[in-house]
Amino acid sequence: MISEAAALQIMEVTYLIASALFILSLKWMSSPATARRGVWAGELGMLLAIIGTLLHHGMDYRWVAAALVLGSIIGVPLGKVAMTAVPQRTALSHAFGALCVTLVGTAEFYLRAPSVPPFMMAVLGMEVILGSLTFTGSLMAAGKLQEVLPQRPITYKGQNFVNLGVLAIAVIVAVVLVMYPERTYLYPLIVILPLIFGVLMIIPIGGADMPTVISLLNSYAGLSAAAMGFVLDNKLLIIAGALDGASGFILSVNMSKAMNRSFTNVLFGAFGQEQASAASGGEVRPVRSASAEEAAGILAAANKVVIVPGYGMAVSQAQHKVRELYDALTKRGVDVRFGIHPVAGRMPGHMNVLLAEADIPYDKLMEMDDANGDLAQTDVALVIGANDVTNPAARTDASSPIYGMPILDVDKARTVMVIKRSMSAGFAGIDNPLYYLDKTLMLFGDAKGFVGSIVREIGGGGGH
Amino acid sequence: MKLDLLTSLYVFMLAGFIGFEVIRRVSPLLHTPLMSLTNALDAIAVVGAIILAGEHKTRFSTVLGTIAIVAATSNIVGGFLITDRMLKMFKLSGPKKS
Repeated sequence: MISEAAALQIMEVTYLIASALFILSLKWMSSPATARRGVWAGELGMLLAIIGTLLHHGMDYRWVAAALVLGSIIGVPLGKVAMTAVPQRTALSHAFGALCVTLVGTAEFYLRAPSVPPFMMAVLGMEVILGSLTFTGSLMAAGKLQEVLPQRPITYKGQNFVNLGVLAIAVIVAVVLVMYPERTYLYPLIVILPLIFGVLMIIPIGGADMPTVISLLNSYAGLSAAAMGFVLDNKLLIIAGALDGASGFILSVNMSKAMNRSFTNVLFGAFGQEQASAASGGEVRPVRSASAEEAAGILAAANKVVIVPGYGMAVSQAQHKVRELYDALTKRGVDVRFGIHPVAGRMPGHMNVLLAEADIPYDKLMEMDDANGDLAQTDVALVIGANDVTNPAARTDASSPIYGMPILDVDKARTVMVIKRSMSAGFAGIDNPLYYLDKTLMLFGDAKGFVGSIVREIGGGGGH
Repeated sequence: MKLDLLTSLYVFMLAGFIGFEVIRRVSPLLHTPLMSLTNALDAIAVVGAIILAGEHKTRFSTVLGTIAIVAATSNIVGGFLITDRMLKMFKLSGPKKS
């Protein structure tokens, strides 16, 4: 058996190697070609760090082993969910991460109380407050994404005041604890109040804002883990937490930019509200609609087609039919690409995963800026289940609630086709002038069914 | 402020900068797997929970530590599994076409 000092040294060395592997892991995520190596690096680092920790002296392994096994049993099904369910799975795992951090923080507090040094208490307070609010906030987000909770934002007068008040009291209690750590009876408040705040924070947030909120919660989860690293004086944890915090922060900034909204606006704005007036002023305007046969003819005659998918495509599980359409058109020599808006789907990058799952090669997936460069030379822009991200009012109508939001300029293409169930407004409840353009053909129907009929028409007409 | 605390702050700052630089370079194509990967890496918090549950200082800390291990381990296993599953699906348009 190795000595206690040696065990500590081994542990520290495994943490050092794990830190390097974690950084490499994220570095290799920069391109799909090296990304899987990144996962292996992460797994290796994790394994080393866990083995190093298990060497720690004076351990009773019974509880640890049982917990590791149980956690793995729960983890496997969570790693095998459908790709459409990845956003809620991600939210749920933020909740688990935050739960772990909060529990460890709480145990550490009661082990050290009543004499907790001020700096220690300050980071512990941060750890527990961030952890608790991320826990309930992420559970609420997962509930909304899974549609077990209402997706519409719920708002009431003075909501921001109540929410911030709850959080402010928690912070004040934490400050009091920094000064008087012996008042341990105050501690439960810095868990319970942020737990309540987490729920209140998500209530006014609508489905369209989920990508931003998930990224933000990701960032909080990382920061709370970093704070836990300070409490335990564990550098590996500080590094992993800082990396995760930075990642979540960058993604949230990307998402808010893609919706032309500030953080504060996402958190305190409740999108669904102000549009009631904007949507109601709509008189019935004529639209041109087309059949699957006509659409197939136009698509087959085109040189260049850009498909713009939205979450509606995923909801109707149309991605595999879209893949068939891609194959049928590519076989006829049509250049088919996909224009992906950053907020398409329910979390950052979600649409890319859904299309990759349907075997669409990733070099055909274009980011918004590239797609917009191409759309002016495109014969047909085919919009499937997307709405607000194609709304030209974002460019032209200063009174529109989405004015200034970067969009995919599908209206620059020679012909626009929109597959849509009906003329009802999108997530944000805003009318889309795109549908009334002369070059726009509306294809009414279920995305999966309609794309399927187009594929049949193209295939059937393949002889001429 | 103690010296080791200051060192920790340095580590946090440097890791934050590395994080920004490295993650800025991640293609938006991979933002979903990126999030599930960072989530799994974040679950390294399990090492804190393992020591807490293993040292068995009080019944309370052991119980909290054990639940924390379960939560973090499910993130590690689930997070790495789904990230790899997603990445496996990303393919280039192969030579079989055209």
